[in-house]
Amino acid sequence: MEGFLQQIVSGLAAGGIYGAFALALVMTYLATSTVNFAQGEMAMFATFVAWGLIQSGVPYWLAFFATLVLSFLGGVAIERVILRPLESAPVLSITIVTIGLLAIFNSMAGWLFGYTIRTFPSPFPQSPLKLAGVVVSPHSLGSLGVTLALIGLLYVFFRYTSLGLAMRAAARYPMASRLVGIRVGWMLALGWGLAAMIGSVSGMLIAPVLFLEPNMMEGILIYAFASATLGGFTSPAGAVVGGFLVGIIENLSGTYIRFIGTDLKLTVALAIIVLVLIFKPSGLFGRTQPHHT
Amino acid sequence: MSAPRIEWVVPAAGATDRHAIWKKAGAIGLLALACALPWVSSDYSLFQYSQVYSYAIALLGLNILTGYNGQISLGHGAFYAVGGYTTAILIERWGIGYGWTLPVSGVLCFATGFLFGLPALRLAGTYLALATFALALSVPQILKHFDRWTGGTQGMTVPKPDSPPILHLNPDQWLYFLTLAVLLGLMIIAWNLLRGRIGRAIIAIRDHPVAAEAMGVHNALYKSLCFGLSASYTGIAGSLAALSVGFVSPDSFSALLSITLLAGVVVGGLASISGAILGAIFVQFMPNAALQISKAAPWAIYGASLILCMYVMPGGAAGLLQHLWQRLSRLLS
Repeated sequence: MEGFLQQIVSGLAAGGIYGAFALALVMTYLATSTVNFAQGEMAMFATFVAWGLIQSGVPYWLAFFATLVLSFLGGVAIERVILRPLESAPVLSITIVTIGLLAIFNSMAGWLFGYTIRTFPSPFPQSPLKLAGVVVSPHSLGSLGVTLALIGLLYVFFRYTSLGLAMRAAARYPMASRLVGIRVGWMLALGWGLAAMIGSVSGMLIAPVLFLEPNMMEGILIYAFASATLGGFTSPAGAVVGGFLVGIIENLSGTYIRFIGTDLKLTVALAIIVLVLIFKPSGLFGRTQPHHT
Repeated sequence: MSAPRIEWVVPAAGATDRHAIWKKAGAIGLLALACALPWVSSDYSLFQYSQVYSYAIALLGLNILTGYNGQISLGHGAFYAVGGYTTAILIERWGIGYGWTLPVSGVLCFATGFLFGLPALRLAGTYLALATFALALSVPQILKHFDRWTGGTQGMTVPKPDSPPILHLNPDQWLYFLTLAVLLGLMIIAWNLLRGRIGRAIIAIRDHPVAAEAMGVHNALYKSLCFGLSASYTGIAGSLAALSVGFVSPDSFSALLSITLLAGVVVGGLASISGAILGAIFVQFMPNAALQISKAAPWAIYGASLILCMYVMPGGAAGLLQHLWQRLSRLLS
C-alpha cells in the first residue's frame, strides 16, 4: 500500500511538471489555434538564460523573474516578426515554421551553452520530507505550488481583467473583436508571450529534476501533449488536471504492468493520445469548437 | 474568420498543355542523365543518390496524404522504420530474398497505415499532426523494446545485395538502378491513381469534405485508404534505404526523420509529383549544406532555411519552378 501511495505521489510530482508545460501549449492553442512544436525548445532556451544569469551571480528569484520577462518579450517578438507574415497561411505552413524554430533554438542552445549536462539549482530545500510513510521531495511540493499558483493567476487574468477578456474574444471571434476595436494581431502576440513565459516557468521547474541540456524537453513535450490532449486543448485547468493524470498513469503502469516497465513509457503517452482522440477528441474538460468556415 | 486557402499546385487534369512535348522531352532528358550517373560518379555519391530516390519515394507517399488529401502526418518516419526493419528481419532471420521484402513491406505498411488511419480520420489539422508526432517519438522505444526481433539498441546489419550476374554492375550501381526503377514505377502508379476517379475523390475530400460526401465519396474509407497507400510507399522507401545503407538501428528512425520528411514535402511542393524529388534533394543534402555554412549551429541554418522557404515559396520548389516556367513561356510566346 505504501508503495502504491509512493507511486501516486511521484506521479503527481511528475504530473505537476507536465501540467505546467501543457498549460503553455494550451495557451498558444487558445490564442492562435495552432500547436507550437517549438514550445519545449523555447522553454529549454529560457532555462539556459536563467542558468546563465545565476552563474553570473544573480540571486535565484531575481534570475527567475528576469527570465520570465525576457521569455515574454521573446515570445511576443517571435509572433510579431516570424509568424505575423504568415497570418493567413495554412496550418501546415505554421507547423513547419514552428518546427524550424525548434531546430533553431535547439542548435543555438548547443552552440551558446554547450551540450554538456548541467545541474540547475532548485529554490526549495534539499532534504526530502516524509509524510505518512511517503517520501516527498520539497522541490516537487514547491513545483506543485507554483503550478497551482500559475493556474490561479491565469484564471483571474482571463476571467476578471479586460485584457484577458479581449484576448479570449480575439481568439474565438477575431472578426467581431476587430469590429469592436480589439487589436487582434497584438492579442495573438500577447498569447505567444504568455505561453513562452509559462513554458519558461515549467523549464525552470523541470531542470533541477532532469538536468539542463539542449535535448531535455524532448520527452516532456510528448507527455505534455498527452496531458493537454487528455485534459482538452481548450481548457487551461484541464491541461493541468490532465498532467496529473498522465503522471499517475505513467508511474502506475510503469510499476505494475510488467510489459511496459521503463522502456515503453513514451508509448504509454502515445496510447493515451490515441485513445483520447478516438473516444473523446475534445478531451475531458475541453469544449468542442464549432467549425467556422 | 475566413478559412485560409492554400495555393495548391494542382496540374489541371486533362487540360491541353501546349508545352507538354517540352515537358516530356525534359523528363526523358533527366532520366537519361540519371541512367548515366553511375558511370561518372563515385560509389559514395551514388549511394547518396540512391538515398535521394528512397526519400523521393517516401515523400511521394507522404505527399499523397498531405498534399493531395490534406492530412498532416509528422509520423511517417514510423512507416519508414517498419519498412526498413521488415527487410532486415526477413533477410537476416528468415533468409528471404531481398527482392521479396519490398512487396512485403508495402503490404505490411499498407495494413498498419490503414489501421492507424482509422482513428486518425476524425482528427483535423493540428490534432492529426500531434497524434502522428507521438507515433514518431515512440518508434525508437518500441524498436528497442522488442530486441529479440530487432536486435535492440545495436540494430541489425543488412547484407548488400549483389547485382544479377548478367548485368556486371557493382552493388552500389545495382542498388542505384533498383531504387531508380522502383521510384519510376511508383511515380507512374501515383500519377495514374491521382489523375483518375480515386485521385479526384481524394482531392475533393481535401478541398471540401462535405461536398465530397454529398457527391457520394465515402470519406472515411478513402481517407484510411489514402493513409494506407501513403504508408505503403514510405515503407517501400524504408526497405530500399535499409538495403543501400546496409544497417538499421532504432536511432536512425528518430522523430527527426519524420520531421525532415514533412519538411521535404512542403519544401518540394505540396500536391506535386515532381516536388517529391526536389524535396528529397533537400532532405538528403540540406543537413550537410547547413554543416558547411556553419559548423557550430548547423540545425539553426536548417531551421532558418525551412522558415525562409515558407516565406519565399509557399508552393514549394515545384510551385516556384512552375511559376517561373509560366513566366518564361509567356515571354517567349
